[in-house]
Amino acid sequence: MNEDNPTTITARPGTPFIDVLREFDAAPERLFRAWTEPELVVQWLGPRNLTMELLEYDVRPGGSYRYVHRDADGQQHRFRGVFHSVVGGERIIQTFEWAGAPGEVSLDDITFEGIDGRTRLHTHTIFPSVEARDAAMAGGMPRGITESMDRLTELISAG
Amino acid sequence: MPKDDAWLDRAFAALGDPVRRALVARLSRGEATVNDLAEPFTITKQAVSRHIQVLAAAGLITRSRDGQRRPCRLEPAALEALTGWIDEYRLAAERRYRRLDAVLERMKERDE
Repeated sequence: MNEDNPTTITARPGTPFIDVLREFDAAPERLFRAWTEPELVVQWLGPRNLTMELLEYDVRPGGSYRYVHRDADGQQHRFRGVFHSVVGGERIIQTFEWAGAPGEVSLDDITFEGIDGRTRLHTHTIFPSVEARDAAMAGGMPRGITESMDRLTELISAG
Repeated sequence: MPKDDAWLDRAFAALGDPVRRALVARLSRGEATVNDLAEPFTITKQAVSRHIQVLAAAGLITRSRDGQRRPCRLEPAALEALTGWIDEYRLAAERRYRRLDAVLERMKERDE
């Protein structure tokens, strides 16, 4: 099932955007519930090796969310944001901020497109700068790295 | 192969040059001597040799001795470490969405 649903990520060099496309074997209404109901969200949003605590998840225009990831060593990663737009089964626009980089707020525009009982999910993330995008993409690597890497991957796969 | 920041900086700096990327691409198809590698380029063999030294210093290629020949070959583990870095974001998204698949599956079973 999963093999048929590849995750496609586009991050063009020199832009502050990351686009992620993924299809799911569920109608938009069900995917939307999994995306917005707190007891379902905790089952998938955190990395597997971390525990996730949802402190607030108020999915409505103007509502806030806050959550904490804790690893085995007790280290905490806090995240928060605000839901700007919420259109049931169709679209969510929300902000995102990691407490480790305060003030660096990104914007997620998430659309749920129904196709014959399935859903094509598109998340378009807008970072405050190209540098912030590259850092998020490559775990802190300096600017320009992703571009060289893209070129290298192209070269090697072409060879 | 150390994968610390200093090593990553060196490896990516080495790949920040079009000639060196072309050399890596050529070596991805199999080992080659400096003469082989220099052939498609208009630059001198000495210049190609210097590029190879940069790639070797970054741990991306190794040179063995085979009689008079000293063929270069790619260090696959080093390249894997680099692509591993760039893939982390994608893998994180993929893992998250697979967990979401499982949640959707459980919801489906409950609804039916």
